[in-house]
Amino acid sequence: MEFLVASAIGILTAGGVYLLLRLRTFPVILGISLLTYAVNVFLFTSGRLRVGAPPVLRDNIEVYSDPLPQALVLTAIVISFGMTAVVVMIGLGAFLGSSDDHVDDQPEDEAEGRS
Amino acid sequence: MTHWIIAPIILPALLAPFIVLAARYHIGIQRVFAVAGTLALVVVAASLAWQVSDGSVLFYRLGDWAAPYGIVLVGDRLSTMMVLLTSLLALFVLLYAIGSGWDTRGRHFHALFQFQLMGILGAFLTGDLFNLFVFFEVLLIASYGLMIHAGGNARLRAGVQYVLFNLIGSTLFLFALGAIYAETGTLNMADLAERVALIDPEETVGIRLAAVLLLLVFAIKAAVVPLHFWLPSSYAEAPAPVGALFAIMTKVGAYAIIRVYTMIFHPGVDVTAGLHTVWLLPAALVSLAIGMIGVLAARKLDRLVAYSVIGSMGMVMVAIALFTPTGIAAALYYIVHSTLAAAVLFLVSDLVRTGRGDLSLTPQPPAGGAALTAGMFFAGAIAMAGLPPLSGFLGKLLVLDAAFDTTLMTWIWVVVLSSSLISILGFARAGSIVFWKAHAVELDATAEPRTRPTPLAYTAVGGLFALLIAHTVFAGQVHGYTTKMAAELFQPDAYKTTVLETSGKLSKPKEEN
Repeated sequence: MEFLVASAIGILTAGGVYLLLRLRTFPVILGISLLTYAVNVFLFTSGRLRVGAPPVLRDNIEVYSDPLPQALVLTAIVISFGMTAVVVMIGLGAFLGSSDDHVDDQPEDEAEGRS
Repeated sequence: MTHWIIAPIILPALLAPFIVLAARYHIGIQRVFAVAGTLALVVVAASLAWQVSDGSVLFYRLGDWAAPYGIVLVGDRLSTMMVLLTSLLALFVLLYAIGSGWDTRGRHFHALFQFQLMGILGAFLTGDLFNLFVFFEVLLIASYGLMIHAGGNARLRAGVQYVLFNLIGSTLFLFALGAIYAETGTLNMADLAERVALIDPEETVGIRLAAVLLLLVFAIKAAVVPLHFWLPSSYAEAPAPVGALFAIMTKVGAYAIIRVYTMIFHPGVDVTAGLHTVWLLPAALVSLAIGMIGVLAARKLDRLVAYSVIGSMGMVMVAIALFTPTGIAAALYYIVHSTLAAAVLFLVSDLVRTGRGDLSLTPQPPAGGAALTAGMFFAGAIAMAGLPPLSGFLGKLLVLDAAFDTTLMTWIWVVVLSSSLISILGFARAGSIVFWKAHAVELDATAEPRTRPTPLAYTAVGGLFALLIAHTVFAGQVHGYTTKMAAELFQPDAYKTTVLETSGKLSKPKEEN
């Protein structure tokens, strides 16, 4: 199971980084989403992987999983969700304003900026 | 346990929704509440700084849960000084935004401004790493809104770059936090400091990775080369008062580096040995050089100021990377100076924009209110370039002095001194083109009369100057204080015992007796 989860995180991260390097708004946002999925799974596993162990105290149960990473993951999910929504809106605004979805500065922008 | 330490977070957190919900369509009421709230922040911050000036540590447990389990806020000399600096800066920036009318050019300026303050102040006061992340996100999401305040294509495009870069930074931060938690099982800074020291020397892969990732994240925030690419466009395109407020945001990164790398991964810890001298110091020297070369090469005044921010952060990081008490003391002195100087320059560049319409460094007819603006630019440039008599010179001197005994002394002195020369040239060139060559240009008789900045705008910039001058006049006292602060940072026993041994719910039984 560790191998499966670890390779899932690795593949998600690699895909995310690849998409980040495309330098167009849409792929970059997708790449960031993949990266946040990867980091959420990573945070989740930071409390060790355990099957069938509850995170809350109950009677007659000896083995628990660590509840803290689950709380951390929840926070991280909420924040990354909100951030993705914000960046989609700003990216849309920038695209509609200039009909160009490049993330990096384009040469003509440079010229415009320097005029 | 005093409750006042949480006031700098609660106050803006309550004020911002109030401004959005109750005063949405009344810019006058928004302004009154925003200024009153920021004034109250200054008072609270000053009293907090006064309380810890004897070396005591303010400590607050949310929900009364004991330290490694609960969320804690900690105020020592360093964090309260940063809180005071932020609230003073915010007050004058807010006055400028009101005086120049920037707050009416888009919606929700005041609410976003308060949320931004909440994030910055929270980041300074928090005692655990995950809340540092959360407050980073609070300040970032408010800064996204402020950065694209008043809209416009160039600003939106710069905004996209800024947001994406910071999202990547946040993701890295989460990876670092996950790795730290997996290795140590805690995220409370004081507790981490104890546990990192206990890690088996054979099994340090995870914690080393985490330490480097954290350094990268904070270096993104502090705009250290090669992670500075987000800064020039976003600071230059942001509305000027926002740029001035952002002057403190790079310092949040510097603060986080100081805090984490003196407390948790301090220079005595084997796992991170060499991280500062081998990686951080050269990067800091390069950012100092690149920033000041950018000042000379800039073709617009706002870019010039943005590059001077990179340069001055490079200076701060050089002093931090020495990781000696004298180095940190010099860095803290320079942080205060560089925040104020950068804010002054951003606001002055907006005064120029108000007077002449654009900021490109080409000769144009004299700007409205040019005499006073030129005087302010001159003084601001002196401060930023580090010429006597202002505090930039003293700060630079302290950094040079702190670097005197190190092995890299030659490099540091050469880079610091030559980059100072380059920045003097850059500022002199910009100032003479904008203000002096203007007199050689024929004024177009049909052109509209140039607008002058309002008196309140000048007053706000003047207030920041007053702070800079006070920082220069009382340099001895301030440096004495930062020296004590640095000593405390390198001997964080008071901090650790306060955090770990104050009992609350869930404390160990022996402490409850």
